Amino acid sequence: MRYMFKRSYDADINLFKHKAQMFWYLALLVLVVALPWLIDDFFIGEATNVLIWAIAGMGLMVLVGHTGQASLGHAAFMALGCYANVIMLQRGVPFVIAFPLAGLITGVVGAIITLPILRLQGIYLAIATLAISVLTEDFIIIAEPWTGGVSGLMAPAFDIFGISINRYVTPDLFYFLALGVALLVLGAYRNLLRAPLGRAFVALRDSEISAQAMGVNITKTKAISFGISCAIVGLAGALLGLYAGAFNHETFNIVLSIQLLLMIVIGGLGSIHGAFFGAIVIGFLPQFIAISRDVISESFGLGSVFIPGIESGIFAAILIGFILFEPSGIYGRWVKIRTYFELFPFYRKGMFKRQKSFLKTERMK
Amino acid sequence: MDYSQLIVSGLANGCVYGLIALGFVLVYKATEAVNFAQGDFMMLGACIVIWLTNGDSLGISFWLAVPLTIVIMAVLGYFLDLLVVRRLFGQPQIAVVILTIAIGFILRFGVGAIWGHEPRLLETPFVGKNLQFGSVVLGFEEGAVIIVTLALALALYVFFKHSKLGKAMQAASQNQLAAYYVGIPVKNIQSLVWALAGVVAAVSGILFASKGAIDPSTGLLGIKAFAAAVIGGFGSLPGAIIGGLIIGLVEPFAAYALPAGYSQLAPYAIMLLVLIFRPAGLFAQMQKKKV
Repeated sequence: MRYMFKRSYDADINLFKHKAQMFWYLALLVLVVALPWLIDDFFIGEATNVLIWAIAGMGLMVLVGHTGQASLGHAAFMALGCYANVIMLQRGVPFVIAFPLAGLITGVVGAIITLPILRLQGIYLAIATLAISVLTEDFIIIAEPWTGGVSGLMAPAFDIFGISINRYVTPDLFYFLALGVALLVLGAYRNLLRAPLGRAFVALRDSEISAQAMGVNITKTKAISFGISCAIVGLAGALLGLYAGAFNHETFNIVLSIQLLLMIVIGGLGSIHGAFFGAIVIGFLPQFIAISRDVISESFGLGSVFIPGIESGIFAAILIGFILFEPSGIYGRWVKIRTYFELFPFYRKGMFKRQKSFLKTERMK
Repeated sequence: MDYSQLIVSGLANGCVYGLIALGFVLVYKATEAVNFAQGDFMMLGACIVIWLTNGDSLGISFWLAVPLTIVIMAVLGYFLDLLVVRRLFGQPQIAVVILTIAIGFILRFGVGAIWGHEPRLLETPFVGKNLQFGSVVLGFEEGAVIIVTLALALALYVFFKHSKLGKAMQAASQNQLAAYYVGIPVKNIQSLVWALAGVVAAVSGILFASKGAIDPSTGLLGIKAFAAAVIGGFGSLPGAIIGGLIIGLVEPFAAYALPAGYSQLAPYAIMLLVLIFRPAGLFAQMQKKKV
């Protein structure tokens, strides 16, 4: 068991709680940087995919996990970031300018679009964002001169200071690009959480009324949260577009929005770890299913069994399992296991029990 | 251009949207949770009735298959709540939302795995029969859809307004603790509501299948029904039907008046406008409580 003596107020907002924690995170950093030399190109591609999902997950986590506003429409903002980035690249804007600008545009547009619907709460907000997601698909088709309509766009070749990056030719460089963006977002996110703004987000999530009482401007804070969330998701969308190579309106359909939300729920709402755990699950699930399908058909002598849509079926089953038995997600389970060993033998079953409450209608205020 | 024809077919479509919206509203009214799988419930009901009726599968009589489907869906709804949804009792509603989204995914996958992904039609005994009112030619199915929807909405309205069970359902939603105090078995009531939602889903599925082809992704129609429920004001039964009718009517006229590509936007645009300017919906259930 470890005892921590906090000798200054700064100790509360240090990035790492203690030396050992810092050591393990640095070790993890060394591992992910060394990854291209450890595994082959195919799995580096998969790892890049996971990183992109993780960036998108972090974006949504700001909003859902830390500000407590459900959104079922974030695929729309991924689409915006992706199209903005590629359209600028096609017009000859260098990547180092186009990419951050795509994130900025997405963030500003996201904050402006959501201003009128921010008065809505809970389920109404989720439905309004769902409508935005559905509308975006149609808008992409309508704005054909820009977006290529149904036939979509091809991501052009791009380079950073003369170094050409391509997913297929130089997968390692693309991996480092995704990793760099992920680390930047991660650093910004960690800093946000210990800054007044991040604390305002969390206060808002836990109780709007008490946040208001402490002087948090609710509408403004929600709009900023939406903006930050959309900006990060826009960056993820831009990367996804470059990673996929070709995309159209169906790449960013409503199912992607829902998957994003489900991903961070599986990972664990309210923690940055959750975004990464969820991304790992969603990124490797198709591979896992393909491998287990081969194993099953070989060991039972069946032909190659192919059931369409089995991925979403299994994904949904995993999700139901988590909602019913571990609502705090993979990260929540990990915290429980860690606490068990830290406190051994004093861990009690009820330590992480969630408060249940009787429901009252939202329709009477 | 004959507008009356557009109106009638729009009304018939709107009735199906309204019925799905009715399913949303039922569950919302009684449990304060939104069942995102209601559209997939409808799809399941439609697939069950097709499986029972059509000549290439079981081929039993249509008039026997309809009540059978309704019973199957009711039992399914009841046990879904009893075994799965009830475990989330007392948890935040967003958990239920995510759960029902996942259930929707599973239903879509299950139906696709069992009955395949090709669109299929229901063989009703009245295929090809028409009703003529003056200059308006009305498909028999469309007439049936409108009449059954209105009858069902009326029955549910009376049920919630006057029956003891209906009032208990509303009480359980308004304040669970107080409902327990006056002796309402809240958990049982919620299971019954889910059964009722199953019945409504079965009816809307049967009506939809008699009008158009069904495949597993038909359940995504539920999103349009959402718009209907929101326009009507979540929580109001007549509102749900009227919201559905508005969307059903707007669609053909938008397709007629607007250039291609813009017409699909109309239902959601209306919904966003309603959400922005009248968040409680046209038939507001929202009331300020006086302290």
